[in-house]
Amino acid sequence: MRDDPQSGSSNPNIVATVPITLRINGEDFELRLDSRTTLLDCIRETVALTGTKKGRDHGQCGACTVHVNGRRVNSCLSLALMHDGDEITTIEGLGTPDALHAMQAAFVACDGYQCGYCTSGQIMSGVALLKEPCGPDDAAVKELMSGNICRCGAYANIVAAIQQVRQDS
Amino acid sequence: MHIFEFIRPADSATAVATAAQAKTAQQGADVRFVAGGTTLLDLMKLNVETPARVLDINRLPLDKIEAIPDGGLKIGATVRNSDLAHHPAVQRDYPVLSQAILAGASAQLRNMATTAGNLLQRTRCMYFRDTAMPCNKREPGTGCPAITGSNRMLAVLGTSEHCIATNPSDMCVAMAALEATIHVQGPNGSRAIPIGDFHLLPGSTPDRETVLEPGDLITHVTLPAPVALSKQFYLKLRDRASYEFALASAAVVITLSGGKVTRARIALGGVGTKPWRSLEAEAALVGQDANAANFRKAAEAAMRDAKPQSENGFKIKLATLCLARALQIATTS
Repeated sequence: MRDDPQSGSSNPNIVATVPITLRINGEDFELRLDSRTTLLDCIRETVALTGTKKGRDHGQCGACTVHVNGRRVNSCLSLALMHDGDEITTIEGLGTPDALHAMQAAFVACDGYQCGYCTSGQIMSGVALLKEPCGPDDAAVKELMSGNICRCGAYANIVAAIQQVRQDS
Repeated sequence: MHIFEFIRPADSATAVATAAQAKTAQQGADVRFVAGGTTLLDLMKLNVETPARVLDINRLPLDKIEAIPDGGLKIGATVRNSDLAHHPAVQRDYPVLSQAILAGASAQLRNMATTAGNLLQRTRCMYFRDTAMPCNKREPGTGCPAITGSNRMLAVLGTSEHCIATNPSDMCVAMAALEATIHVQGPNGSRAIPIGDFHLLPGSTPDRETVLEPGDLITHVTLPAPVALSKQFYLKLRDRASYEFALASAAVVITLSGGKVTRARIALGGVGTKPWRSLEAEAALVGQDANAANFRKAAEAAMRDAKPQSENGFKIKLATLCLARALQIATTS
């Protein structure tokens, strides 16, 4: 993780950027990152996959939800450098406009959004929920989706979309 | 965020040796371990934590849950909260721990947060989190604006004139009732710390939150063998139904025989400056009939020494009712 010192730091032990390979949506990206770069900022700013959104940036809203090795996490509270060797999946890796993931199609069918800012996080969370222990009723879904805030209040339709996918699968 | 050196130590000994170079393991530590990152990164973004070195311990072999010969359970430091809550042995033998973890944070955060990180979870006190404000915990000697300010969420048990910050953990409350032991590898070898001795009261040094010293690496937590026929429950009361910190919570591990309480372990959350084991409530219960009146008396005993602030006096009654209700649910389920 050490690299040749570069200018910009008064501490000779601290380097400006660190080389890393990140695997995102099945593709390897050879990057040089400031150690402070969160996984979220790396995805959005360095790799330029802007479907993942930044809301609170403190783990309070879930807009930044991505999958790491198939599990949903808040990418805003993780350092990119912690993830070499991990399989990272963002909303762009889920489906395409021509071949939507079942959850994306269900969000369209159920009108599971209003402004859309939280939607990629909601969908990433909903897809991960399909593989987690979750009771059959709406209350169980609401509990497990509580980490994704929707300030427009599209919650009812979001729950309906997730339940539709669960019932179809 | 201040710049830092990111290091992935090859093994625990290297992690300990590197961290041992820090001046403190408490507030303001210049070396920090990172696992989930959910507390540390949050506070680094606020410049409340400014480590010069961050040691990533995620690849160390500390992520196992294993049965141990005495019938108890060994939980690795980097076991994710979600994996711990859903582990069959935890759900079967320590349901209060599973309930407490699942009552905290969100599914995403529980996938990240770890056993050791949750033990070291920091207060949500808004003055601690805001570097523009004085705070004795963050900058010793600067004062505590919470005492005369916004203190609705803050503690009523274990406070001092220097600090009234609440410990926010749910997991730790259940572990206090289960009498967990925290195992630490340090520069001078390994040691085991009962959870009741792990967190410190603020007193005049609220910047010191635990007994950890520079280089101390939590390697695992052990739970004693489950108590036969014990009934367990975690009840959490909060401002919204999910994804919120406790106003008051109660962890109950209780054993009955012939309608009488033969053993009780009680801990409270959301009201204390540390995960709050209540020996007073336990003493009030043992030998008594398991009924609502005695549960209420025990709960009142737990809150007898509570000290209300300007905005959080309601917590005393809330915590009393929370514990009485948790006892009722545990013993009738």
